[in-house]
Amino acid sequence: MNASQILGRWRSPLISLLLVLPLGVWRPELGKSALLLLGENILMVMGILPPVFILLGLFDTWVPRERVAPHMGDGSGAKGTVLSVLLGACSAGPLYIAFPVAEVMLRKGTSLRNVFVFIGAWSTMRIPMILFEIQNLGAVFGLTRYCVSLVGILLMALLLDRLLDAAEKKRIVARFQAE
Amino acid sequence: MTLILYLLAGGCLVASAISSREKTVKSLKKAWKSFANIVPAFFAVLLLVSFSVAFLPERVIASLIGEESGFVGQLLASVLGSLTLIPGFIAFPMAKILVESGAGIAQMAVFVSTLMMVGVATAPLEASFFGWRATLLRNAMAYCYSFVVGYVVWMAVAV
Repeated sequence: MNASQILGRWRSPLISLLLVLPLGVWRPELGKSALLLLGENILMVMGILPPVFILLGLFDTWVPRERVAPHMGDGSGAKGTVLSVLLGACSAGPLYIAFPVAEVMLRKGTSLRNVFVFIGAWSTMRIPMILFEIQNLGAVFGLTRYCVSLVGILLMALLLDRLLDAAEKKRIVARFQAE
Repeated sequence: MTLILYLLAGGCLVASAISSREKTVKSLKKAWKSFANIVPAFFAVLLLVSFSVAFLPERVIASLIGEESGFVGQLLASVLGSLTLIPGFIAFPMAKILVESGAGIAQMAVFVSTLMMVGVATAPLEASFFGWRATLLRNAMAYCYSFVVGYVVWMAVAV
């Protein structure tokens, strides 16, 4: 890998650094605590990532498309949707870890709509998080938000599926079918 | 939680290695490839998370999104929620303090909802998987829907 490739790959953290640098210069003491937090966050994420990616890699090579597609693909109906919600709700970790998982799901023939349901459920319906939310903000707040979010997730996945034209959908799915 | 993940991954890895060495190597290569691809993006996201947590103390947020701040407060809450990336285990205790120090329930629900569903900082990463059109659509819909969430939660808590 040459220097320009490395630079291209690291473009987004560099841009972020340029964004936050002035803040750090403006209030150095807050910048310092941000750096400490960054260290903690990196340790935490780097702690979860290795097993997640190992499991994804194993799933990708061992589980054939034919085993997943009928349950979660086009035409899997309500069962596919329920499975996608459960998968998302039982997950752990921040939303950005959901994207590589979604990639493997797409590659195994999960429908785009169900992948969006999964992403939505991951973002707002994770079970450890709702328990924590109830603890802090009360059952009425937490449970109402949870139920309203579920309705929203299903609606949004349906709408996304409708609003994206066939060519765009094909492009998204095709990107992950390369190998 | 992390320990369970490690045990699970370790167990599966051993089982896989016993059944087929070749497939195991292939899996690990795939794992490494997707890991290496995504690490820079994670750094970017974590950098933004850390700075938004450090630079937005609770009292600043509470003063912006108080009970009387009305729709403007909800708009502010939605912008804060979309731009920042505060993990749940920090956000909920913080939200509790915010509500106790005068933030409105509707504003809080909008804040929590956008925080979870809308991610401006993670959008480039999301787009690298789903393309920009799907990413923008999903985030825009989630943004608008967060106001519905805010309204319903506010009504539920009020009765």
